[in-house]
Amino acid sequence: MGRKVPSLVAVATFLLVACGGGTGTPTTQTDVGITADSISLGNTIAQSGAAAAYGTIGNAELAYFNYINGQGGVNGRKINFKILDDAYNPAQTVPLTKQLVEQDQVFAMFSGLGTQAQTSVRDYLNSKKVPQLFVATGATTFNKDHDTNQWTLGWQPPYQGEARIYAADVLKNHAGAKIGVLYQNDDYGLDYLKGLTDGLGSNASMIVDKESYDVTAANTAAQLTKLQASHADTLFIFATPGFTIKSLVTVTLLHWAPTIYLNSVSNPQVYMGLAKKAGAALTNVTSVGYIKDPTDPQWANDSGMQQYKTIIAGCSTCKPEDGFNIYGVAVAYTMVDVLKQAGTNMTRKNVTDIAANKLNETNPFLLPGIKVKTTSSDHFPIMQEQVITWNGTGWTLQGSLIDERGTIK
Amino acid sequence: MQEFLQQLVGGLAIGGIFASLALALVLIYNAMGLVNFAQGEMAMLATFVAYALVSQGMSYWIAFPVTLVLAFAGGIGVQRLVIKPVERAPILTLVIITLGLATLVNGLAGFIWGYVPRSFPSPFSSESVDLVGVFVSYRDLGVIAVSGIVLLAVYLLLQRTTVGLTLRAAAHHPEASRLLGVHVSWMLALGWGLASAVGAVSGIMVAPILLLEPNMMQSIIIYAFAAAVLGGIESPPGAVVGGLIVGVTINLAGAYLPFVGGDLQLAVGLAIIIGVLILKPNGLFGRAAVRRV
Repeated sequence: MGRKVPSLVAVATFLLVACGGGTGTPTTQTDVGITADSISLGNTIAQSGAAAAYGTIGNAELAYFNYINGQGGVNGRKINFKILDDAYNPAQTVPLTKQLVEQDQVFAMFSGLGTQAQTSVRDYLNSKKVPQLFVATGATTFNKDHDTNQWTLGWQPPYQGEARIYAADVLKNHAGAKIGVLYQNDDYGLDYLKGLTDGLGSNASMIVDKESYDVTAANTAAQLTKLQASHADTLFIFATPGFTIKSLVTVTLLHWAPTIYLNSVSNPQVYMGLAKKAGAALTNVTSVGYIKDPTDPQWANDSGMQQYKTIIAGCSTCKPEDGFNIYGVAVAYTMVDVLKQAGTNMTRKNVTDIAANKLNETNPFLLPGIKVKTTSSDHFPIMQEQVITWNGTGWTLQGSLIDERGTIK
Repeated sequence: MQEFLQQLVGGLAIGGIFASLALALVLIYNAMGLVNFAQGEMAMLATFVAYALVSQGMSYWIAFPVTLVLAFAGGIGVQRLVIKPVERAPILTLVIITLGLATLVNGLAGFIWGYVPRSFPSPFSSESVDLVGVFVSYRDLGVIAVSGIVLLAVYLLLQRTTVGLTLRAAAHHPEASRLLGVHVSWMLALGWGLASAVGAVSGIMVAPILLLEPNMMQSIIIYAFAAAVLGGIESPPGAVVGGLIVGVTINLAGAYLPFVGGDLQLAVGLAIIIGVLILKPNGLFGRAAVRRV
């Protein structure tokens, strides 16, 4: 023991000298999870279980952070990103999040996936004052209720905002439509239904019938038969991908040919391909998008898309054409942007403040013209989307961006 | 009227799916006097095996029988490895084991193939036939037709062959059968094999409609139980008729009973199970068990 005393004295002396008594040099503020050369971020996502298809998002985010680290990191700090698999099960999200916060001492949780999963840790993270940034779910509450959960924020367009964009499109292009709605009978489906109803406003009577289904159902044939019999000529499907595919097939089997609006959750090309194979006609299918589609040839020479291809090549398991991967890269871009802006004031409070109130970025992976923006009175980063229609092999952009900023109170 | 007929036909279509799985449940009940909660999951696994064979380039019409043989062998294997060691245990032990088996098989399929839904080939056209304004898909008709064929085959096997007679004897009077020289344990294994193969037929037929994924059968197994109980848990024709009745009931209840709607269809299925067990425990086609006391 005695031998160590001199070295400790030496260290103490060095520290005193190095800090110079705290005068003169500009102070840099840091927080838990920040060291001189690293920033530690945590994430929970489904990489196994029923929603494992989303798991690649985490890997794509990691690929972007590695890309940034390769360029020297954020203000000299490398991002250390730890992904844990919660299998889409909130009962696992809670202990894994606690592990990341208390054991791994992460600076912030980033892009945790799943409405139920992220709701299950929202109170905990807010009580610990740990940022829960850019959750990967469109549930409106994560943005709308930011004032009561000040450490939590979503990123993607909220489901209600998306449904309002459909409403705007219907009012503009199908003013005489008779609307039938198929929705899942939980928060997810109801969020969409509310957005559609609010968006139609005084024209809400255009909805001639709405039918719900339960996730335990074997199919939605009974509901679709009723909707068809209601003489609706426009069908909204607010469902999860499996039910959407089956519903698209059933519509075709019923020899029904309404204009179909699909929610963005179910519109990835892989699901459209499955529906086609299972017998769906897929005529007059409309949805919305806000991210550049890697399979769309119009972006082949786009600099953002080329940058994406370079980044995603750093992830051996990520398929470049998978829309989930460009989502991951795009949201990671916003995270890095926030960290860069925080500069020397690297505290949890400042970073959350920038994300929720001071964002103003153009994201190279999103459609041209989209502003990722927040202010002290508006905590919805993305509120613009563009209508897309299915052309048989892919989605085609229609018209221009529809902006619903400020409509959700 | 048109809508009512369409709901009726839609109910028969989904009922055919319930019936096809209920047939396997009934077979296993006949073989060993208990319901196999893993029946749906075993059928799903067999369908994934068929999927793997087809994606390796094997023709559908070869993959189909090969899968049935593998499912048959798999059913026997499960009985030998998992059930036989606890053959004499209380019925509850066996029930818990089949529940555990269901979880295990589901997890295994997810581990190997993942949870993204896949399309599965079907010998039937993906289009629907127009019956004066009411539409029914060829695939749904195919499920019902194949269930009918399986039913006939099962009936002939159980009622018209020595093996069938031995099977039934071993299940219902194991002691007496043993005295007569029947290998009771192997007969039970044979029952497991048959049920597994019938389940595989069900899985292969419904996968193009429900999309193949590890949870494919979970949405229909409860209804299949309801169908089997309604028809009389020992009766193969009862399973088919029960399946169709359950399908039509949940569809019509969902469409025309406002308090049921799309939300409580599963509750209707459960209500059928409870109602039948209270009012007519032997189901529509079952025989009352007579026991001398």
